[in-house]
Amino acid sequence: MTTAATSGQTATTAVGPQSTAARRLLSLGRAEATLLLRNRTALFTALLLPLLLIAGRRNMLKQQAESHPGLDVDTLLITGTIGGILAFVVYYNLTAAYVARRNELVLKRLRTGEARDVEILAGTAVPSVTLALLMCAVVSVGGAAALKLSTPVNPLLLAAGLALSIGTMMALAAVSSAFTKTVETAGITTLPVLLISQFGSGLLIPLEVMPPQLADFCRLLPTTPAFQLIRIGWTGTDGSAAATGFAGTWSTAAPHLVTGAVWLGLAVWGAVRYFRWESRR
Amino acid sequence: METSQPFRSGDSVIEVTDLHRHYGTGTTGYHAVRGVDLAVGRGELFALLGTNGAGKTSTMELIEGLAAPTGGTVRVLGHDPHRERSAVRPRIGIMLQEGGFPGDLTVAETGRSWAGMTSGARPVEEALELVGLGHRRGVRVKQLSGGERRRLDLAMALLGRPEVLFLDEPSTGLDPEARAAVWRLVRELRAQGTTVLLTTHYLEEAEELADRLAIMHGGQVVTTGTVAEVIAGRPSRVSFELPEYTGTALPVLAGAEITVDGRKVTVQTTGLQRTLFDLLGWAQQHGIALGALDARSASLEEAFLAIASEAAHQAPPRSPATTARTARRRLIGSAR
Repeated sequence: MTTAATSGQTATTAVGPQSTAARRLLSLGRAEATLLLRNRTALFTALLLPLLLIAGRRNMLKQQAESHPGLDVDTLLITGTIGGILAFVVYYNLTAAYVARRNELVLKRLRTGEARDVEILAGTAVPSVTLALLMCAVVSVGGAAALKLSTPVNPLLLAAGLALSIGTMMALAAVSSAFTKTVETAGITTLPVLLISQFGSGLLIPLEVMPPQLADFCRLLPTTPAFQLIRIGWTGTDGSAAATGFAGTWSTAAPHLVTGAVWLGLAVWGAVRYFRWESRR
Repeated sequence: METSQPFRSGDSVIEVTDLHRHYGTGTTGYHAVRGVDLAVGRGELFALLGTNGAGKTSTMELIEGLAAPTGGTVRVLGHDPHRERSAVRPRIGIMLQEGGFPGDLTVAETGRSWAGMTSGARPVEEALELVGLGHRRGVRVKQLSGGERRRLDLAMALLGRPEVLFLDEPSTGLDPEARAAVWRLVRELRAQGTTVLLTTHYLEEAEELADRLAIMHGGQVVTTGTVAEVIAGRPSRVSFELPEYTGTALPVLAGAEITVDGRKVTVQTTGLQRTLFDLLGWAQQHGIALGALDARSASLEEAFLAIASEAAHQAPPRSPATTARTARRRLIGSAR
């Protein structure tokens, strides 16, 4: 350790800039990205799992197309893969990250600094969200080119769907982390939301293939509205009626926007209510 | 002997009035902080002492603004640290009882990310050098020793050149050399005008560093003042062992209280010099060798133990000391 002389001299050296919300988010995001890159399991789940599922996804959709001619397998494959990426990369990965940081007392320590609570949660999510968006971009552009898909009908709705699903996934991750003791058990505690988002939200089984009552029920599930918005934004329909143009998509999207906003609100409320900043011992 | 400065409230950087903290509700609730008053002046080093479960950390958390008090007020640099945290946080540094840095980041990466969240941060290198961690910058946090982690924690608390520094048991887990170095650093910071509020288990640490201190017990401040003031009026102590056959009775020592346990004798006295003189004269006269002779003035440790046991006898019936921590942990999640 140093003596009085050293700290006396250093008292006049450079002083860093004011801390702003943007700088805090970047600093937290950078640290979290470094941690993600050093965590092979998390990186594997995030990068490879959604892509490995593409083949299985395609087979499932093709089988259903046999009994339901006219099912747009190629587009559903791309929108479904986007949904898978959001669920695994944002929701699952972030749940594990919140649990890990909480158990290491990192969240508690961060709260002693200048960052506000919401900045701590958002900053931790920066790498997951960035990675998910990059993967979605690659899959959309690459997939659309390879499968010769038409361009999105309503890019605004597509973007709204992405934003809504990311927001809901983040809030659900915060809620799930509260019920997850260790990173190892995150695989179990995230299962309900993962299953609902993959099987009940029209990703693996399009809603128009389901019996009408079941489809109506599934439309009310937390992740369905956001994923349906992505599909409507791209194809102009959620499968319940014929595709429309840019103007027509708004009325198709309206109910999903409402239920999606309600679920986002509920998930945020749950996060505020249940999120734990310290582990119980 | 130093005397405590007369306190003018305009000078105080930390002002705590009738502070209460209650965890939970009804019969399951726990009243951890029960009416604490404190004032710490600018540039002062104030130590908060207490038995386990006395409410030190609970009190610190309220002063740091990590939680809202159940009752009473806290002012740090003139602001409510909880409600006006954005005005207070850039000017204070906090070191918790337990670290909280990701194990897979290196020391330098940890510093860089904290610097990005700290207004007016000093260069990370400088902060690491201050605590003697400069040579460990490339090492992952999980590979640091317990003492090195404490020092990293201290470095992060010092990053923003805080006006007020909160240290919750800063030298716990440090080896004697590192502890002495931390003391040196804390003294330098104080010399540069930093106000420091620290909690500690080591009475020696408080004796060594603190301008003033408060001893807490059962969620209340039992005694406060300078070390000299707290010790004042406490008896000095002489202890020794008698040989098997003395052939003569112990002398009457004026103003002293003698306790005999087998051959072991303890004398408590308010006039140490006089008692020693009488005792040694008696031993000399009778040719008695006093074994393991030990004479000491009242220390903070003795004062602390006496105050804690007095307070324990006076305190109203309450749940065991461990309950505070348990209750706090149990309720942490729902506290916000």
